[in-house]
Amino acid sequence: MFKRHTPIRSFVLTVFAAVVAWGFVSAQDHAHGAHGGHADVAEHAAEHAHEGDHHGSHDEAEFKAGEFIVGHIADAHDIHLWGHTHIPLPVILWTSEGLDIAMSSSFIAEGDHHGHADRTYHSESTGVHYTMHGSEKQAHGETILAGSITAEGVDVLDLSITKSVFGMLLIMVFMLWLFGSIARSYKKRGTVAPTGMANALEPLIIFIRDEVAKPAIGKHADKYLPFLLTVFFFTFFSNLLGLIPFIGGFNITGTLGITLVMATLVFLITNFTGNKHYWGHVLWMPGVPAGVKALILTPIEVIGLFLKPTVLMIRLTANITAGHIIILAFTSLIFIFGKGGEEAVAGMGIGVFSTAFMIFMYLLELLVAFLQAFVFTLLAALYFGDAKQEAHH
Amino acid sequence: MGALLSPAFGTVIWASIAFIVVLLLMRRMAWGPILKALNDREESITAALNEAEKARQEMATLSDENERLLKEARKERDSILTEARETATQMVAEARAKAQAEADRDLANARDAIAVERKAAVAELKAEVASLSIDIAERLMRQQLERNDEQQQLVNKLIDESPLN
Repeated sequence: MFKRHTPIRSFVLTVFAAVVAWGFVSAQDHAHGAHGGHADVAEHAAEHAHEGDHHGSHDEAEFKAGEFIVGHIADAHDIHLWGHTHIPLPVILWTSEGLDIAMSSSFIAEGDHHGHADRTYHSESTGVHYTMHGSEKQAHGETILAGSITAEGVDVLDLSITKSVFGMLLIMVFMLWLFGSIARSYKKRGTVAPTGMANALEPLIIFIRDEVAKPAIGKHADKYLPFLLTVFFFTFFSNLLGLIPFIGGFNITGTLGITLVMATLVFLITNFTGNKHYWGHVLWMPGVPAGVKALILTPIEVIGLFLKPTVLMIRLTANITAGHIIILAFTSLIFIFGKGGEEAVAGMGIGVFSTAFMIFMYLLELLVAFLQAFVFTLLAALYFGDAKQEAHH
Repeated sequence: MGALLSPAFGTVIWASIAFIVVLLLMRRMAWGPILKALNDREESITAALNEAEKARQEMATLSDENERLLKEARKERDSILTEARETATQMVAEARAKAQAEADRDLANARDAIAVERKAAVAELKAEVASLSIDIAERLMRQQLERNDEQQQLVNKLIDESPLN
C-alpha cells in the first residue's frame, strides 16, 4: 500500500487499525451484553445496557449520553479504570465535629439500586453520618462524582483528594522529578550540549523564554519566567494526561477549581507587580477628559482587571472539557445507534465512522493540548508585560 | 452538571497550596539552574563565536599585512633596482665624460707641446740653415773670388738671376 514504511506511517496505521477494531469489539460486546476487560469508555456504556437488563425496564436500559459524558469529565472521588475496578481516593471532610478522613470506598451504597443513588458512611471518631448524593449512574457502582457530600445538622467542608486534585499532584510530582533531574544534568554537564530529557524539553523552555516571555514582558521577563514555565508545563502535561485513555480520564485542566487558582495567581502577580504607569492607565487614563474617565473608562478598566483572568480560566477549562466531550460524544453515538444491543449492526456501522472521527479528534486534541497551554502562558505573559510596561511618551 | 460549572472549594484549596509550593520549589530546584545553564551556554557560545570571528578577522588582517609587506618589499626592490640601474648608467656616463675630458685635455696638451716643439725645431732649423747657408756662401765666396774673371762671371750671373726686370 505504501511504498515506504516510515515509522510515523506505521504508527498511524497501527493506531487506526487498533481503534477501528476496538470500536467493533465494543459494539459486539454491547450486543451480547457481556462484561469484559475492555476499554473504559466502551465498558461504561456496555455496563449500562447490562444493568438495564437486570432491572428489566426498557427505560433504564436506554443509554443516557449526557450522564455518560458528565460522568467522565466531572471531578470524582475515585479513579474509574474499567468495569468495577476503581482506585479509591481519600475523602477528607472537615466539620464542626472534627476532621474525618476515609477512603471513598468506605462510602457504601445503601438500599436497592433502584430508588436510592446515595452512598453513606458513618464515622466512628466523630459520629457523623455522611451522605454522598449521587446520580442514578453512581448507584450502579460507577464513578462517584465530587462535590456532593452532606451530613444532617453538620456543616461539611469537603477537602477530598478528588480525581483532579490527585491528577494535579501527580503532574506536579512528575514535574518536580523531571525538571529537577534536568536541572541536575545541566549542573553536571556545564555548558556542553544537552542530552536526553534535557535535550527534548530545552526547545520548549527556550520557546517560552524567547517567544513568549521576552517579547511580551521585555527586560523584566526573567522575574516571571519561573511562573510562566511552571504554568505552561503543568497545563501541557495535564492536557496530555487527560488524553491518555484507560487511566480514568483525567480532566485536570478542565476542572474549574484548578484553572481558577491558576487564573487567580496570574491576577495577583499582575496586580502586585504592576508599576505606576500600569495603575495610571487603569485608574486614570491620561489624555482622556475627566468625565469620560470617571464614568466610562475607569469602571471598564477595573472590570477588565477581573475579566482578563476570568476569561483565561474559562478558555482553558472550556477548551479542554470540550475536547473530551466531543470524543465521548462520538463514543456515545455508537451506543445510541446500537440501541443497547438491539441494533448491533447499526452500532458497528456508526462505530467505524465514530472511531475514524475520534482519531481525528485525538490528533486535534494533541494540538489543542499544546495550544491551550501556550495560549494561557502567552496571555499571562502579556498581562505581566502590561503591568511592567514603562511610559513611552 | 453542577460539579462541572462551579469550582469545588476543596479543589481550590488543594490547588492553591500545591501551586504555590510547586512554584517555589520549581523556581529554586529547576528553573533557576536550568535557565542559568541555558544562559551560560548561550553566553559561552556567543563568546566562542565572537572569538572565532575575531580570530578570522585577525587572520585576514595578518594576511593583508603580509600581502602589504610583500608588495612593499617588491616595490622597494624594484625601486632599488631602478635606482641602481640609474646610478650605474650615470656613473658610466660620468666616467665616460671624465675620460673624454681627460683625453681631450691630454690631446690638447700634446698638441701644444708638439706645436712648441715644432716651433723650436723650425727655429733651430732656420738658424742651422742660416748658419749653413752663410757658411756655404762664405766658402763659395772665398773660392770664387780668388780669380777675377770668375768674379766677373758670378756678378753677371747674379745680375742675370736677380729679378730686376
